Amino acid sequence: MKSLAAQFLPKKHDEILNVWMNQQLLHEGLREDLMPNDDLRKDSDELLKAILEVIKKDNFSDVNPDEFEKVNEVLAGISTSRAMNGFSPRETALFVISLKEGLRIVLEKNIEDPKALYDEFVRISTFLDKLSLVTFETFIKGREEVILRQTSEISEISTPVIQVWDGILALPIIGTLDSSRTQIVMESLLVKIVETESTIAILDISGVPAVDSLVAQHLIKTVSATRLMGAECIISGIRPEIAQTIVHLGIDLSGINTKASLAHALKFAFNLKRLEVRKAGEFKKIAAE
Amino acid sequence: MTIISKETIAIRTEQDAVFLRHRVTEYCVKIRMGLVNQTKLLTAASELVRNMLRYAGGGVVLCEVVSQSVLMMGVRLTFTDKGPGIADIAAAMKDGFSTGKSLGLGLPGTKRLVSQFDIKSQLGKGTSVTILKWKNG
Repeated sequence: MKSLAAQFLPKKHDEILNVWMNQQLLHEGLREDLMPNDDLRKDSDELLKAILEVIKKDNFSDVNPDEFEKVNEVLAGISTSRAMNGFSPRETALFVISLKEGLRIVLEKNIEDPKALYDEFVRISTFLDKLSLVTFETFIKGREEVILRQTSEISEISTPVIQVWDGILALPIIGTLDSSRTQIVMESLLVKIVETESTIAILDISGVPAVDSLVAQHLIKTVSATRLMGAECIISGIRPEIAQTIVHLGIDLSGINTKASLAHALKFAFNLKRLEVRKAGEFKKIAAE
Repeated sequence: MTIISKETIAIRTEQDAVFLRHRVTEYCVKIRMGLVNQTKLLTAASELVRNMLRYAGGGVVLCEVVSQSVLMMGVRLTFTDKGPGIADIAAAMKDGFSTGKSLGLGLPGTKRLVSQFDIKSQLGKGTSVTILKWKNG
């Protein structure tokens, strides 16, 4: 035996929609600036249809994923598009909860027995509460996706390999070097060495807040890998406090070329390549002499 | 010794470690710790938090600002995990000893970086490391 609500509510789709729409249009929180009323009607219609579909099957009190899938899908779509349009999650949740009022009015008209009315309303009310939570979940999921995307983007853009001179590459490292980032750094450096036929690579760690033993180990590994490729590796940007810390930690970087600043490292690299940087005109003087 | 402020930070992912480093820096700046000591404490914290993530899969860090007199201020960090524990602490405190594939400088190096160092470990129960760095020590 189907419950009362399941029997007649699905047939009252238009009536509920009208009541609900009127309520929403009268509500002070109506955001005509963000969404035209026609679109609001379309969204409401779509959601109501999906909800009535579940009510019709009369098993909305226990959460059955299969039955809820359609509603959840519609709701997720609405939440996502609303979030994009600039609605707050609170407004989206209120949109779902406001349907309660519409359903209540229609229920009141059709059920006379107070106890039956109460029972039906509580059941539908709980159901709608659950749905309003879904809008929140969707909203948070959307935000989390944005954060994840940004994290991966940051790790990619923060490891640029720059060719500073013919045969000389520089790689400024900013932020903490963890295992996954070292992997990206090492990979892009080695690929670039082959691409540009470089023989010198400068790793600049001015932007690394702390060099602990793992970061040092990663640096040593990167240097060894570059050497295997036939290129020399210079580590620059070792600040005084970092130098002291490295010594106290007991890390041995003596086998590696290290310089205090990128400028020093570049100078050293020029020396290695037997290049000289002079002021314009100086050469003529020497030639004239 | 008086405790001026304290905070507990749960460590589960590498992102939490980044947050911890930020908090530690903030505390150091608050008590006007010098840059060298700041970096030392930060490196020590980074070292211990990595150990925690790697061997115990996470844990809890208690950050405290402590003072002994007006001039003697410092930051104390307690790293507690429920990991497998350390079988031989004496060996673990030696340079170059590692059960993983690391340089084996984490624990002994950390000890050299801070003013006070204390380690307790029980096999199968977990490990607790307390480090303290004075503002100018």
